[in-house]
Amino acid sequence: MKPQTRRKTSLPILLAYVVIGFGCLLMLAPFWFMFVFATHSNTEILSVPPPVWFGTHFFANWVDLLGRLPAFWNNIGWSVYVAIATTIANLFFCSLAGYAFAMYDFRYKKLLFGFIMSTMMLPAFVGLIPTALIMSWLGWMDQPKALIVPGMVGAFGIFLMRQYIESAIPKELIDAARIDGCSEFGIYVRVVAPLITPAMGTLGLLTFIGSWNNFMGPLIVMRSMENFTIPLALRALQGTGQTPYGAISAGSAVAVLPLLILFMLASKRLISGLTAGAVKA
Amino acid sequence: MSAIMPITQDVDTSAAPKQPKRRRLKTRDWAPYAFVSPFFVIFGTFGLFPLLFAVYLSFHTWDPAMGMGAMNWVGFENYEYILLSDDYFWKAMYNTFWLGIVSGLPQHLVGLPLAYLLHTVFGRMRNSVVGMYFLPFITSTVAISLVFTTLFSKDFGAINQLLVSMSKTPIIGWIFPAEKIDWSQPEYLKPMISFVVWWRYLGWNTVMYLAALQTISKDLFEAATMDGATRTQQFRHITLPLLKPMMFMTITFTIIGNIQLFEEPFIITGSTGGINQAGLTVAMHMYRTAFTDNDFGTAAAIAWLVFALIVVMTIINNKLLASKD
Repeated sequence: MKPQTRRKTSLPILLAYVVIGFGCLLMLAPFWFMFVFATHSNTEILSVPPPVWFGTHFFANWVDLLGRLPAFWNNIGWSVYVAIATTIANLFFCSLAGYAFAMYDFRYKKLLFGFIMSTMMLPAFVGLIPTALIMSWLGWMDQPKALIVPGMVGAFGIFLMRQYIESAIPKELIDAARIDGCSEFGIYVRVVAPLITPAMGTLGLLTFIGSWNNFMGPLIVMRSMENFTIPLALRALQGTGQTPYGAISAGSAVAVLPLLILFMLASKRLISGLTAGAVKA
Repeated sequence: MSAIMPITQDVDTSAAPKQPKRRRLKTRDWAPYAFVSPFFVIFGTFGLFPLLFAVYLSFHTWDPAMGMGAMNWVGFENYEYILLSDDYFWKAMYNTFWLGIVSGLPQHLVGLPLAYLLHTVFGRMRNSVVGMYFLPFITSTVAISLVFTTLFSKDFGAINQLLVSMSKTPIIGWIFPAEKIDWSQPEYLKPMISFVVWWRYLGWNTVMYLAALQTISKDLFEAATMDGATRTQQFRHITLPLLKPMMFMTITFTIIGNIQLFEEPFIITGSTGGINQAGLTVAMHMYRTAFTDNDFGTAAAIAWLVFALIVVMTIINNKLLASKD
């Protein structure tokens, strides 16, 4: 009878707002406390009630952190280096393979693509131990390439790129470039790559975040403190006498802040990229 | 989606006017193989080979410090040991299931209704609200586990303080504990870890459900409203059935992820497993068997047992949820 009941702010809808708002608080509170604690001394953090607004102790916490993790600047450097290198390699190899699957017809194409997709379901940790062995045989232990090379290309990236290229680039364009004498790789460089920057952005973000947060990988292959990435270095703060809550919070804030900034800039693209595969018709 | 035709012929005759007797292999024929080959090289070396080598390893005893020559074939002994006399394995198994269910089930029981609410109630603000729920998923597990360890600390942790002060409120006060809880005790450690895991993955599931909801045509609901179906009826008979494929997918991911649960309990318990090993998961047990006990054979066998378990669970899930269509 009444077509527009949903516009009315009824009690259940008000309740829904309250519940969802409370949930938002629950999701954000740990981040808030992390940044607040990063600016307070241990005694302030451990007071009743705990601080809820920023203090003045960030610099002291940072000095404390550097005292406990003398190589923390190196650790930041390695994290940045590994994440950027992995991302660049990923963008190149995934888009190249995605281009092949989207624009070429070749024997065993379906089979190969199906195989790649099925690897997404493999639980990573089954191969964890042999991976450590391979790295030591290759002499890659304690070297950042042990983190970069295995992550250079991934099934999800190939899938994302194929979907995008298929929908965004008409095959005629490829044929036209070919008739104009463009080589196969030249077509990728001059025609395909410039047209898929939105998908590159999404995949780049996902890869960067994944690499930045990677903990298992460095845990297995990195041995010396100077070569740790940030997550691994942070873990070393644990369990030595009195827990340095201020320093831990400061370090965690450094680990999380770049992601928060990236997320604020591009959350929509990120989420749509992640769901792209899930809801394909 | 454009159709992928099964290709029986790889010759493109249209471009070349005159076909030589023995066709020359053109760049166009091998280029796609070259373009997809990096994946197979990388996956073969760092994905497939380790998996297969783990099988081989699981039938041996081996301490890698002793070199390749120290590998001894023992048949199924590693598996026998794990299943029959490795008490930690069964404890870890129990913990993994406990944590997996208590953290996993609410991800969906809250995530799906939440997505539905966001879909129906929120208009313009939806994206930023979704972003807030999604935020935990993209942040470093290590950093966030450390923050939670601080928040859950016994004497001065913010969470204990909140709980105790809530217990002094009238009417609902009785729900909350009047005493500070020692979250490192075995009976509280598991709920705490489960909460952190739930907190981290709720947003991911919500986003997935929301994406699926947005693909459902509005016409269906309009037609149902015309026929006099209530909101609840519409949810039960239109929304839920159409969400089934997505439920299958997200639950599969929850199962695969939770059986491998490692980082949260590893950081929260300071890699010890906690008092009485209450926070030891199978993945942690495998890690320790390999890298603390240097028993790579047994560790590889654990890995394969867990892999088998994941396959079985996925098949059960498949039978339960994906049976139709």
